[in-house]
Amino acid sequence: MKRVAVVVFPGSNCDAETLAAARAAGSDAYFVWHRDTDLRQADVVILPGGFSYGDYLRSGAIARFSAVMGAVAEHAYAGGAVLGICNGFQILCEAGLLPGALMRNARLRFLSRPVWVRVEQTDTPFTSLYEKGEVLEIPVAHGDGRYVVDPRTAAELEATDRVVLRYVRENPNGSTNEIAGVTNAGRNVVGIMPHPERRDAPALGGQDGARVFHSMEARHATQHAVDVRAVDDRHLRV
Amino acid sequence: MSAFRVEVRVMPRAALLDPQGQAVEHALHALGFGEVARVRMGKHLVLEVTAGSRDEALARARAMCDRLLANPVTEDYDLAVDGGAAR
Repeated sequence: MKRVAVVVFPGSNCDAETLAAARAAGSDAYFVWHRDTDLRQADVVILPGGFSYGDYLRSGAIARFSAVMGAVAEHAYAGGAVLGICNGFQILCEAGLLPGALMRNARLRFLSRPVWVRVEQTDTPFTSLYEKGEVLEIPVAHGDGRYVVDPRTAAELEATDRVVLRYVRENPNGSTNEIAGVTNAGRNVVGIMPHPERRDAPALGGQDGARVFHSMEARHATQHAVDVRAVDDRHLRV
Repeated sequence: MSAFRVEVRVMPRAALLDPQGQAVEHALHALGFGEVARVRMGKHLVLEVTAGSRDEALARARAMCDRLLANPVTEDYDLAVDGGAAR
């Protein structure tokens, strides 16, 4: 059972669903308030969707300086798994834990509807239970979802297989290279615009998002170095 | 120490799509202002900064832009202190 910290910022609004989705997948999930600096030995940290600080200035620009973000960065640098969903993705970009930025949708309209994304990479802690090339139907809900990177970084992301999800059938927001999700060089930090927590049960219209959370629990998912502690010469999972 | 008024102009980088600017441009054309081309839309912030000198106020404002007020991936900024162009 993985310990999953769901960080709550003022203005987060997908925190409860994200916690429920992680628990439904068997995780020991709990909330961490943005003022906390202790992630309580989390194996996985999730920054949920919402409108932290009202999206003032830029989406994620103020949340990235929250007290908790120091601990999130430390966790990420130690190789711990971090997932940013929607506003969480925006925060990870603002914090420099992922490349690029998310700008106003190309056609300005706020989008709240299902889209189709192709799973491009399955060697991340959040996509290991999908098949490469599988197309998922998952909702988006964003006004600032246009992923922008300079051409050099875009080429590098493609060359190093760091595009995790890509929009197919349409590019709903004008993202560079139809990018819907990326990972960092260490492949432990992932940001995605679609909301898998809104599609993890038949009652929600489908469960294409469920395996994001089941992947965290899967055996071959990335393990945090701090997970294993030597106690009396035996290694125990904490 | 004295108070300086620093004006910060943050603009989306020229190479990037600016859908808000485009929407305003279309609206202007619809109103008959056909002479308008290429509207870009950004942010204008006015800060009151206490500093020992004009240069210090500028340097501090620049640091604020680099850390928070502008996103280096998507935006450029320029600054003016006390009404005088400084960059």
